[in-house]
Amino acid sequence: MPHLTLNHFLVVSALLFGFGILAVVTRRNAVAVLMGIELILNAANLNLVAFGRYVAGGITGQVFTLFVIVLAAAEAAVGLAIILTIYQMARNIDTSRATTLKE
Amino acid sequence: MEHAAHAASHLGPLATQAASYLWLIPFFPLVGAVINATMGARLQRRFGKNLVHVIGVGAMALSFTTACVAFLTLLGLDGEHRFLQDTLWNVFNAGKLSVDLGFALDPLSMMMTLIITFIGMLIHVFSIGYMADEPSYWRFFAYLNLFVFSMLLLVMGDNFVLMFFGWEGVGLCSYLLIAFWYTDSQKAAAGMKAFITNRFGDFGFILGLFLLFWALGGAWQTAPDGKLTYVEDAQAANAHGEQRALLDADHRGKAWDHSEGSHVSVGPTLNFRELRDQIVITSTGVAAKLKSQKMFGFGLLAVVGILFFVGAMGKSAQLPLHVWLPDAMAGPTPVSALIHAATMVTAGVYMVARLNFVFALAPAAMGWVAFIGAATALFAASIGFFQYDIKKVLAYSTVSQLGFMFIGVGVGAYWAGAYHLLTHAFFKATLFLGSGSVILGCHHEQDMRKMGGLGKLMPVTKWTYLIACWAIAGFPWASGFYSKDELLWKAFTQEGMAFPLLGFTPHLGQLIYLMGIIAATGTSFYMFRSYYMTFTGEYRGHAHHDDGHGHDEGHGHGHTPHESPLSITFVLVALATGAVLAAVLGLPTAWTGSAPLLEHWLEPSLPAVVKFAEYSHSTEFLFQFIGVSAGVIGWVFARALYKDNQSKVPAQLLERWKRAWTVVYNKYYVDELYQATVLRGAVALARLFSFIDKHLVDGLVNLVGAITRVFAELDGAIDRYLVDGLVNLVANSTLSAGAILRRIQTGRIQTYLYGALVGAIAIVFLNFLLK
Repeated sequence: MPHLTLNHFLVVSALLFGFGILAVVTRRNAVAVLMGIELILNAANLNLVAFGRYVAGGITGQVFTLFVIVLAAAEAAVGLAIILTIYQMARNIDTSRATTLKE
Repeated sequence: MEHAAHAASHLGPLATQAASYLWLIPFFPLVGAVINATMGARLQRRFGKNLVHVIGVGAMALSFTTACVAFLTLLGLDGEHRFLQDTLWNVFNAGKLSVDLGFALDPLSMMMTLIITFIGMLIHVFSIGYMADEPSYWRFFAYLNLFVFSMLLLVMGDNFVLMFFGWEGVGLCSYLLIAFWYTDSQKAAAGMKAFITNRFGDFGFILGLFLLFWALGGAWQTAPDGKLTYVEDAQAANAHGEQRALLDADHRGKAWDHSEGSHVSVGPTLNFRELRDQIVITSTGVAAKLKSQKMFGFGLLAVVGILFFVGAMGKSAQLPLHVWLPDAMAGPTPVSALIHAATMVTAGVYMVARLNFVFALAPAAMGWVAFIGAATALFAASIGFFQYDIKKVLAYSTVSQLGFMFIGVGVGAYWAGAYHLLTHAFFKATLFLGSGSVILGCHHEQDMRKMGGLGKLMPVTKWTYLIACWAIAGFPWASGFYSKDELLWKAFTQEGMAFPLLGFTPHLGQLIYLMGIIAATGTSFYMFRSYYMTFTGEYRGHAHHDDGHGHDEGHGHGHTPHESPLSITFVLVALATGAVLAAVLGLPTAWTGSAPLLEHWLEPSLPAVVKFAEYSHSTEFLFQFIGVSAGVIGWVFARALYKDNQSKVPAQLLERWKRAWTVVYNKYYVDELYQATVLRGAVALARLFSFIDKHLVDGLVNLVGAITRVFAELDGAIDRYLVDGLVNLVANSTLSAGAILRRIQTGRIQTYLYGALVGAIAIVFLNFLLK
């Protein structure tokens, strides 16, 4: 069994981040965008835990991650609420059509 | 006269006594005027005319009472100290000029104040009856009170500025009251005429004032012996000390031992007392300096005196500025009595008497005053012969009597001039108010040809009018005789008269006496003529009643004249009594052995020393006899010609001397002369100026206008094309930049995220590249 190093984690984290960005940028469904944001946050979480394990030591990284997870939950709640409101106004959740702030 | 000369050599500075209530005397009429002017219309509508005249007459009564208090205070002081002073506050200071709002009462201004308040009060009472039908009753009383205020300011002001303020104020009130019935254009024109003619006089007055102020200026220096010397070179004096020096008691030397502790200020001043002190006290050197000062080769003081007298000519209607007074009869009769007989027109006489110490230093100015006075007396008396309008007769009589007063103050008999002023105020007010009563009784008829026989119908008016006629004609049982005789006698005995340009002129005094005695004869004639035409014979009003005076019928009165109400007859009786009793003040020295009461009273105010020739008492009695006979001759002729309208002689004489009569009846065509010279000159000048205005000034103005327009257009073009272009360029580029940039603002969150991503990647790459 090959030895698991920091780099492995970082590669997985980078991939996750990339997929997340890709989802946020390309998807027009607002829920999918929200899911992309979750991916990005979890990539960051992975980084925090990995750096905590291999570089800093202690539990600081894991505590931080817990905070991020809580934040992500709150953010998801708020985000879903916004999406719901947009749906009520425009009868869809296509982000490319939600341009009322432009004016 | 020896007594006066003796007193003069010991004259010191005037001692003053503070009297803090003096300001109340003019203040009451002012309050009355303000109340009636601002609220009179409303008061009259709500409470009736009674309240209006209660305010007007009440103000006068209060003022008269205060004046009486001041008079008693003055009586309580001994002669040399009779000077009440009440300085309220300083009005302004400018250089050497310092003007206070201050009132002063010395015997002369006290006399004037009593005349003004007493006769003024009576005339206010008279107006109650006379103006009863007048709709703007309140306006009349407001003007009258304002007039009394101005007149009191004129006589009580302790400096030239207040005097001039009052001088102009009475002119204004005279204008307002002459033109009281301003809807009648003739009456309005009479008001304007009075106002404008007075402006000519006032111009002379103010020029004289400036000149006197200027003459007093210069540099004065205290010499080691305490005397002040005048320094020609002002700069040298400035190096030595101040220009306005104060003379202290211990500096003054031996001439001053009777007035210790007081000081005299020397230099330009507008204050009468300061002026008097520095001129009268010879050791200040001011009198000597003024006497020697020349202007264009003429004695400066003579010029000053003549200019002051020009002011008096305007106000007191002397030749040739007399033309406004007869026209001023357009005003209501109480106005004629108060302003144009008793008070305002005597302001000129008062002014000359006030400045006696200045005039006494300039014999040429005095001769001028006396001569103009005599000429006016004679001239106006002759016009009075043939007038038919009762008020016109009285108007010319006033002009003539003012001439007598100027004879008095001109020959140096200042007290006699002032005395004639006093007696004239009484008898002329009686005559005017009597004529007012007649006019009222005849329903506003002023033509004596339409009167006659009023003696039976209006007994009180008749008797008071007759008494006043005695007074003015110079019968010894009424006051006019004493004043007229005194001043004519003084004119005869004045042997040092001078005349402008001629210098010392012998027998000028005698000439003036001759003119005066002829005028006095004429006075008696025309006054008794008016009396006989008005009060004797048959009433002639009925026959002429349908000749254009149609408005009388509108009043609904009967045609028969009737006696006036009590408020009028009471005043007539009071004034006629005064016209007789005033004689007590001036019983001549030749009769009683002591100086007349009024002369003694006025002595502190009249420090001027004038020498008169001494004659025996028998000569004086002779002249008194001549004076009485002059009156009697005039009376005899008037009685023969006009009594009961019986004699046919006047009509025959008129036919015989038709041309001469026409000239005199038309007042010697003086008005026409003014029309031809002054008025046409003024109009021609106006035309000339209008021509210059139209062609030269307008051309210049238009040229400037055109040039300005060209510049403006140029400037406009620059504005439009250059400045506006720049501004628009900035605006347009901003607009287009905005239009381009707004494309970026899509509002799509993902577009922004692309941007952010690209930016992040760019930073990462740059990071690598720059390392």
